[in-house]
Amino acid sequence: MAKEIHVRIKRQAGPDAKSYWEEFKMPYESGHNCVSVLMYLREHPVNAKGEKVEPVVWESNCMEEVCGACAMIVNGTPRQACAALIDELQQPIVLEPLTKFPIVRDLQVDRQAMFDALLAVKAWVPIDGTQDIHRHAPLISPKEQDIRYLFSRCMSCGCCLEVCPQYRKDARFIGPAALGQVRLHNSHPTGGFFKEDRLHVLMEPGGIADCGNAQNCVKICPKDIPLTSAIGELGRQTTIQWLRDLFVK
Amino acid sequence: MAKQPIAVIGGGLGGLWATLRIVEDGFPVNLFSLFPVKRSHSCCAQGGINAVLDIKGQDDSVWQHIVDTIKGGDYLADQPPIKSLCEGAPGLIRTFDRMGVTFSRTPEGIMDQRLFGGVKNRRTCFAGATTGQQLLYAVDEQVRAHEAKGMVTKYEFWDFLSLVLDDEGDCRGLTAMDLNSMEVRAFPAGAVVLATGGLALTYGRSTMSSNSTGAPASQVYQQGAKFANGEFIQFHPTGIPGHDKNRLMSEACRGEGGRIWVPKKAGDTRDPLEIPEKERFYFLEEWYPAYGNTVPRDVASREVCRVVRHMGLGIGGKDLVYLDLTHLPRDFLETRLGGILEMYRTFVGEDPCERPMAIFPATHYSMGGLWVDFEKDERTGAMASVSPKNHATSIPGLYACGECDFAYHGANRLGANSLLSASFSGRVAGDAAVAYVKNFAKGGQELSESDYESERKRQDGINRTIIASDGNENTFALHHETGDLMRELVFVERSNDGLDRSLDELAKLKERSRNISLDDKGSWANQSLAWARQVQDMIVLAEVIAKCARQRDECRGSHYKAEFELKIPEGKFEGDPEYDEYKAQWKTNNDKWLKHTIVTHSEDGPQIEYKPVDTSILAPEKPRDYR
Ligand code: SF4
Ligand code: SF4
Ligand code: FES
Repeated sequence: MAKEIHVRIKRQAGPDAKSYWEEFKMPYESGHNCVSVLMYLREHPVNAKGEKVEPVVWESNCMEEVCGACAMIVNGTPRQACAALIDELQQPIVLEPLTKFPIVRDLQVDRQAMFDALLAVKAWVPIDGTQDIHRHAPLISPKEQDIRYLFSRCMSCGCCLEVCPQYRKDARFIGPAALGQVRLHNSHPTGGFFKEDRLHVLMEPGGIADCGNAQNCVKICPKDIPLTSAIGELGRQTTIQWLRDLFVK
Repeated sequence: MAKQPIAVIGGGLGGLWATLRIVEDGFPVNLFSLFPVKRSHSCCAQGGINAVLDIKGQDDSVWQHIVDTIKGGDYLADQPPIKSLCEGAPGLIRTFDRMGVTFSRTPEGIMDQRLFGGVKNRRTCFAGATTGQQLLYAVDEQVRAHEAKGMVTKYEFWDFLSLVLDDEGDCRGLTAMDLNSMEVRAFPAGAVVLATGGLALTYGRSTMSSNSTGAPASQVYQQGAKFANGEFIQFHPTGIPGHDKNRLMSEACRGEGGRIWVPKKAGDTRDPLEIPEKERFYFLEEWYPAYGNTVPRDVASREVCRVVRHMGLGIGGKDLVYLDLTHLPRDFLETRLGGILEMYRTFVGEDPCERPMAIFPATHYSMGGLWVDFEKDERTGAMASVSPKNHATSIPGLYACGECDFAYHGANRLGANSLLSASFSGRVAGDAAVAYVKNFAKGGQELSESDYESERKRQDGINRTIIASDGNENTFALHHETGDLMRELVFVERSNDGLDRSLDELAKLKERSRNISLDDKGSWANQSLAWARQVQDMIVLAEVIAKCARQRDECRGSHYKAEFELKIPEGKFEGDPEYDEYKAQWKTNNDKWLKHTIVTHSEDGPQIEYKPVDTSILAPEKPRDYR
């Protein structure tokens, strides 16, 4: 087994700076993942040439693949760095920031667009305040709940956007993650009250018609969220909505 | 005049609930978080959330939930707030349900409930294996709805630095730092709600997220807010030690038949699968024949430490013991523990059905935190439903909720009560902050520009000092050392010698934390700078924890000192003279120690006093007996 851990990191000092590659080597120990390696390196910020450098900047929090913070490109694949075990990766391990979002610094990117998209599609269930109204939500079958649960685990990591050919900095496609959330909220008995509003957003430029059905998103999602079946369903829903709009006009 | 915003610091369950209540009352909120609030640590809680819905025909009652919570905390929590918590739980759950939380359902489509954490009734609501995440997302979505209406302004990737206090010591705003531009700004606020979560990173590695440093609580403590019951830290017996964190292996493993053991021979380096049955020491089964591997959390943690640290039997001489599932059929394990096993495979890269897991107790939850007040409703014996006193810290205008406060859990926390207390206390604190702003003359008025500016300058100065500092210490290494020290001397088992030593060492670490040199001296997204400040704050909290522990000469809940343990005389029961004598000792001890530790910051370190506990609902009458 390797005696050391060898990493190549794509670095960039700030949004407008030029990017460059830097290599690091550290003693091998079993049980490391990509984030724990970055933690070691910030404590020992010396590159492979033996030069002292500024510690690498990245984002992480839960370390359990549930918060979505640490998404980056690991050996060419976008994924959560905390769940990328060194023992299962080919060395040198190559770490790059996601490319579909503006760079903040090094491996940290600005994913605000993802949260803006959730706002645009009204990804919430309308309630008349948080006070107790002494009633539960309407009944939901266990079967439907199981499907909803699949979607409700989306941690806004951005991996699906990274691989989607239609999601680009120069285009306005809203992207698969938000579409999944529309599916989730449209299917809730009261969340569905906003169904029309949401579908109208999806019928505009940048909406569902921009999806080229490349299926990349569903293959990469670390939570196995059935994004393309959501897109299929929403395609049908928007067609019906389109017809409905014709009639009520 | 437009209403002055109320500031909420932290966007986990507590902070987001507080935010919702405040905006529903018509006040705008400035919401500060180190990261997008959706990524908060609440999302890590897996188990569930307690609320008595009594849908399983077990005659479960709110009273029983109150009793379980009080006893679980070894009577060390004020009881009126506990009563409110348990009474409020069903309504809270109904609201969560209306928000669209994907709670697991019964065949007829209502929310399901399950058993959890040693409680006899099925009282725990859950959403798959990620209840915390699902609850957090629901309030995140609701807050976004208010964001759309312009009522909530998020300051994400901002680090809270300090409070702005007026001449009378009232809280009038805060300063925070943009973690990208490193700009420090002052924000006026009618009131501030602190919802910044736990402090387990003071122990280095823990089960908590890598931002749960407790720094904001430490900061306001240093500005005069009282801290309480710092010595009470819950250690989870079955953590999986990692380089980055200690992941939590669910209690369910022990519940479903997992066995804990070590090789009988110290320093045995054989592969666990090659160690024959008779050369294994199943210490819990041997020492607790009735409970075996399912002894309560604190007992399990202590005995694991005993085997490793006193008997020297840790695997390979390390802080590790085996948690073994390999004797159980794979099918059974997959159906009962599927998600949990998957987590282990993902993060450890081994199959727990094939190989025993290596575990050790891990720092998990802080029962202690900022002291907060409550107003008692004499009519009901509970906390008044809305009062500016509820969840008020000792600094007027500063509120605290969630894990960073000290309420509800006393000396130990009941499983699945943390998501409940986080949400409930957020709701209460939000209401209280609004009541404060509405009722008080100063509420809603800004100080002069220069008062904000002077605090801003002070904070900016701290940054400059750190950047300019040319010492020989590395802030990341200092954090490691602090954690190692805490896990050695202020851990599951404590002794006064060890605690004295820890206080000496912490004093040195505190000095050293001012003598650092950053490897990043830049002014853009400088994570080292933010971390260096947090490490200084963590060491202050570590000192509080150690000092509280040093002063409390008894065993209660998670706090254990062997020299003060009152042992139940073996084989003796109620009526036996030995037992009666034990009971008398227990009572004397309670009279002496059933009180809150209250800590005030001073230049000479933490100053400790004590305050009685409100036990008006259920006074302790007899000791707990697990036999
Ligand atoms: S299926 Fe649509 S959303 Fe998914 S990757 Fe392809 S184009 Fe993007
Ligand atoms: S859908 Fe999957 S890949 Fe996309 S943001 Fe959500 S969790 Fe990440
Ligand atoms: S740190 Fe949360 S997903 Fe990796």
